[in-house]
Amino acid sequence: MSTLLIAEHNNQSLSESTIKSATAAVQMGGDVHVLVAGAGCAAVADEASKMAGVSKVLLADDAQYEKQLAEPIADLVVSLAGDYATIATPASTNGKNFMPRIAALLDCSQISDITAVIDANTFERPIYAGNAIQTVRTSEAKKAITVRATAFAAVEMSGSAAVEAISATANSGLSEFIGEELTKSDRPELTSAKIVVSGGRGMQSGDNFPMLEKIADKLGAAVGASRAAVDAGFVPNDYQVGQTGKVVAPDLYIAVGISGAIQHLAGMKDSKVIVAINKDEEAPIFQVADYGLVADLFNAVPELEEELGKIGL
Amino acid sequence: MKILVPVKRVVDYNVKIRVKADQTGVDLANVKMSMNPFCEIAVEEAVRLQEAGTATEIIVVSVGPTQAQETIRTALAMGADRGILVQTDEQIEPLGLAKILKGVIEEEKPDMVILGKQAIDGDNNQTGQMLAALLGWSQGTFASEIALDGDKLTVTREIDGGLQTIKLAMPAIVTADLRLNEPRYASLPNIMKAKKKPIDEKTIADYSADAAPRLEIVKVTEPAAREAGIKVETVNELVDKLKNVAGVI
Repeated sequence: MSTLLIAEHNNQSLSESTIKSATAAVQMGGDVHVLVAGAGCAAVADEASKMAGVSKVLLADDAQYEKQLAEPIADLVVSLAGDYATIATPASTNGKNFMPRIAALLDCSQISDITAVIDANTFERPIYAGNAIQTVRTSEAKKAITVRATAFAAVEMSGSAAVEAISATANSGLSEFIGEELTKSDRPELTSAKIVVSGGRGMQSGDNFPMLEKIADKLGAAVGASRAAVDAGFVPNDYQVGQTGKVVAPDLYIAVGISGAIQHLAGMKDSKVIVAINKDEEAPIFQVADYGLVADLFNAVPELEEELGKIGL
Repeated sequence: MKILVPVKRVVDYNVKIRVKADQTGVDLANVKMSMNPFCEIAVEEAVRLQEAGTATEIIVVSVGPTQAQETIRTALAMGADRGILVQTDEQIEPLGLAKILKGVIEEEKPDMVILGKQAIDGDNNQTGQMLAALLGWSQGTFASEIALDGDKLTVTREIDGGLQTIKLAMPAIVTADLRLNEPRYASLPNIMKAKKKPIDEKTIADYSADAAPRLEIVKVTEPAAREAGIKVETVNELVDKLKNVAGVI
């Protein structure tokens, strides 16, 4: 009845989503062990050992785990899996990459993106980009779980689990890391930002997005866009919030010149507070907005920048 | 090089889905169905590899009801050469689907499989990775760019916070993300041509795959509705609410 939680990290520090996923692991009951697989990542194991509810940390420190490529991580986890009923990890791009590989090697199902733990074998998860919630139960001896971390609170960092070094498994050599290009932006990443400012077709041109960037910089926010704005070529694809883009759930989502197509709503309607600025008062975005402002964005956005300045932002 | 592209028929992404009153699932009666958007990107990538002279044959496979033939036809109209329909009216879970696809691959022996990273109905994001595991192949998920480099495949992947480039041993599984390409619309002559392309009909038993469901769907419900908000009159009032009522800035 124990759980192995695979930590997400950058070899220096543990991700916030791991600390939140630990809450889901604890809710499933039984012992929770954490696997830290990386290279030169002892500090991460120390941090993981402080997560409340964790009884042991396994540290696999080897060059082949540095970038957590799916093939070596899956082989390592499968070698450890015998002792565990549940293998869990945050549903980040990392976890989404390696976890189904682990599940298939163990011949067990994976339950993706859980948002609630009902009991050790029953979970809630969003389907249709959050337009429906599925409650799913497994009766298999083993299960793989990815956790939507934004749905869980972080555990306290008050524990003191033992850290045990484990040896690496043989490298299959199927994949090789070449390089990475991490977005160098002073703004936070879209999916983890606490505030998101998004523009839609109403922005009229990519040249008008700097208006939103100024607001974003005042708020420490990420900048997003609707599919309409992406399709119109205003901004690149990686700005897209929506069913086929990124799903975000920040504390504050400001939708500017976005009508609120279903495809867009699916990507942002779990935000805590939604603000809509649109000149069309019939726009569907107002049906999900906590605060709606019917106004021409070309007046409202500069005014917003000024008002934010007045309160010291 | 032979490429296999599995495709799925799903509710069109523009349709607002409705949860059934008895909580058994989502109402699919009289709802517009289309090819899963990520599968379209996968088909497009295969067609581009063929146009570049890299791929020699593109086989499209769908596991689903008889109507999934239409989805296969769409892929054929985009440029795929032939189709395989593994007919079933059951809901197949990702692991079962991966087992069926493994059977297809053992028969067809493709050099590469390109899939969508996830279907927009179940949002599982599992099938490609599971298939790679069952075959013992390498995997390049969430691809935004792929390039064949001798007997290796270079894949640029969309990861949280940026892009990662990896090199894979072939044969390989690739799952397509949004930025890989922009799928074409099939032209009328190609749609007509696609009607003559062959689609083989198979059953799950033909691949002796164990695709029986393992998970129990207890219920499917509507997400919690958002409480109706308010309209503010001025930007000043908006900032005041955000700061003093919602406390988010």
